[in-house]
Amino acid sequence: MDAGKSLEPSVSIRSLRLDFGAVRVLRDLDLDIGQGEFLVLLGSSGCGKSTLLNCIAGLLEPTDGQIFIGGRNVTWEEPAQRGIGMVFQSYALYPQMTVRGNLSFGLQNARVARDEIERRVVKAAEMLQIVPLLDRKPAALSGGQRQRVAIGRALVRDVDVFLFDEPLSNLDAKLRADLRVELKRLHDRLGNTMIYVTHDQVEAMTLADRIAVMRGGAIEQLGSPDEIYNGPQTKYVADFIGSPSMNFLDGTISGGVFRAGDVAVALDRYAFRGKAAPDGRAWFGIRPEHVATGDAARGLPFTAEVPCDLVEPMGADTLVWATLAGQPFRIRMDGGARVRTGDRLAVGFDPARASVFDAGSELRV
Amino acid sequence: MADVMTSAALQAGPRGRRPRRAFSTSNIVIYGILGLVSLYYLLPLWVMVMTSLKGMPEIRLGNIFAPPVEVTFEPWVKAWAEACTGLNCDGLSRGFWNSVQILIPSVLLSIAVASVNGYALVNWKFKGSEVFFTCLIFGAFIPYQVMLYPIVILLREMGLYGTLWGLVLVHTVFGMPILTLLFRNYFASLPEELFKAARVDGAGFWGIYFRVMLPMSLPIFVVAIILQVTGIWNDFLFGVVYTKPELYPMTVQLNNIVNSVQGVKEYNVNMAATLLTGLVPLVIYFASGKLFVRGIAAGAVKG
Repeated sequence: MDAGKSLEPSVSIRSLRLDFGAVRVLRDLDLDIGQGEFLVLLGSSGCGKSTLLNCIAGLLEPTDGQIFIGGRNVTWEEPAQRGIGMVFQSYALYPQMTVRGNLSFGLQNARVARDEIERRVVKAAEMLQIVPLLDRKPAALSGGQRQRVAIGRALVRDVDVFLFDEPLSNLDAKLRADLRVELKRLHDRLGNTMIYVTHDQVEAMTLADRIAVMRGGAIEQLGSPDEIYNGPQTKYVADFIGSPSMNFLDGTISGGVFRAGDVAVALDRYAFRGKAAPDGRAWFGIRPEHVATGDAARGLPFTAEVPCDLVEPMGADTLVWATLAGQPFRIRMDGGARVRTGDRLAVGFDPARASVFDAGSELRV
Repeated sequence: MADVMTSAALQAGPRGRRPRRAFSTSNIVIYGILGLVSLYYLLPLWVMVMTSLKGMPEIRLGNIFAPPVEVTFEPWVKAWAEACTGLNCDGLSRGFWNSVQILIPSVLLSIAVASVNGYALVNWKFKGSEVFFTCLIFGAFIPYQVMLYPIVILLREMGLYGTLWGLVLVHTVFGMPILTLLFRNYFASLPEELFKAARVDGAGFWGIYFRVMLPMSLPIFVVAIILQVTGIWNDFLFGVVYTKPELYPMTVQLNNIVNSVQGVKEYNVNMAATLLTGLVPLVIYFASGKLFVRGIAAGAVKG
């Protein structure tokens, strides 16, 4: 996928800073987004992801820094002149206009010729399968249809960059999954640059070429979904990505062995960033889905026997809450597994799949 | 498990909707009180209408609640076209047209300015916009008496003293605080993303105002129109201070008719004149009751 993209970034953000009074919402943020890339800004509420998107759109003025779109410095330009289209969480359709009116409003403002407007509206409507709805008012549409129209409104403007501000968060679970797939298809077909804000990690993992995990107005980690999932660089990212979230054991490393209570994990298979294992207090993280049970656990480098405290059957899989080294420990098992509270369970994992973080800096070691 | 699902037999006892009695004690008390209060408020109106339809000999008999034996519209005609105030003897009609000429520009101007104010204060915040708004609201609390004379001087210097346009200006300015507050609160209750979407779509200040905000704001405009029409129509103080006798609004003229000291008190003409003056606000309320309530509720949601 990366080979197809040109080296010229589509959107560049240079030391962008935004203060609301004394509050630093964005702190000296740098980000390059490639041509045709699907970048997801992921983070919990209040991390500044929507603020960043609004800055790119030109709806918020940054305190300092620059924004380039298509190689052009657009820091002082109006939203409409930046070559962007935006889709909002609440759809933000103009209630008194028909779908056709909503789609053509931007083009009318740009003084596009009437037959050209009609051509583009029909093209976008066909692409999104909303042709029969063109003469309806938004109030007469369902949530999914409204969001399609909102996407269409960005589509007709023929822009290079699409901005999505949690576009699927107001939809119910099934519709969200459907529209997610559709968005991915749309991106494959159009090849536009897309910047997508969400707090939903499933959306992030499935849609993104790259994910930027944000925290406190800065980017905590930027990488492909695979890198973010398998090699989180900080404990925050490790904890945020994955559902159920990663298990963390609080303990110490000495001589290449992690110890917590009566548990000792040899770390000789773990790929440290430095040459050797640093000694000291650390968090040992292992994902619930990377813990094997029963026969499968037997051959693994680390094995133990844990008591089941609670069982949550979720259909496709079963989540078991257990205790390891006196600390809570979650295990994700196949949905067919028959486990009951009070059972003792043989578990095992490969430390090569774990993530170890320094207890002080919370950075990966 | 299956037998739980299929057990359809109902047991004796309460079932379905709970029955309510039409004549319970609380209902009788509530409707009784409501009836009494309405009567209390309607009685004066009844007396006025009845008196205005009687001739003077019948009024002197003193039965103010009794309907007229002989219905006459003479008092209405006299109140409208013949009653004397000072030197003019052309009735209330002069005041009515004066009031209309004051009312229409005042209402249009004040609502146009205040709605743009409210829209700008919500969506195009500028440095000091909050301070500006606070000052504006503070203006609503300054008693009129304090400003009465300074405004006389201001209008004189502008050459507008004693003219209709001077009064229009005064009404527009004094309507500003409450109307701006009304519009600001209404626009603040509209989703902010709508405004953002319109900006991304390339609409400017006026484009967003006219094509996105205005079409969504009918209820609040109705409220503003009602407030202004009744307020300006019923105004007496500004009318009497800033205009001259030929330009007196209807309320001032009504006062001059009712309070004239020479001759016989013509109660029937006075009643007819008062009803004529009150007709405009009354019609406005009846015509727009539902929209008024909806608009008041919409504007009150967010502060």
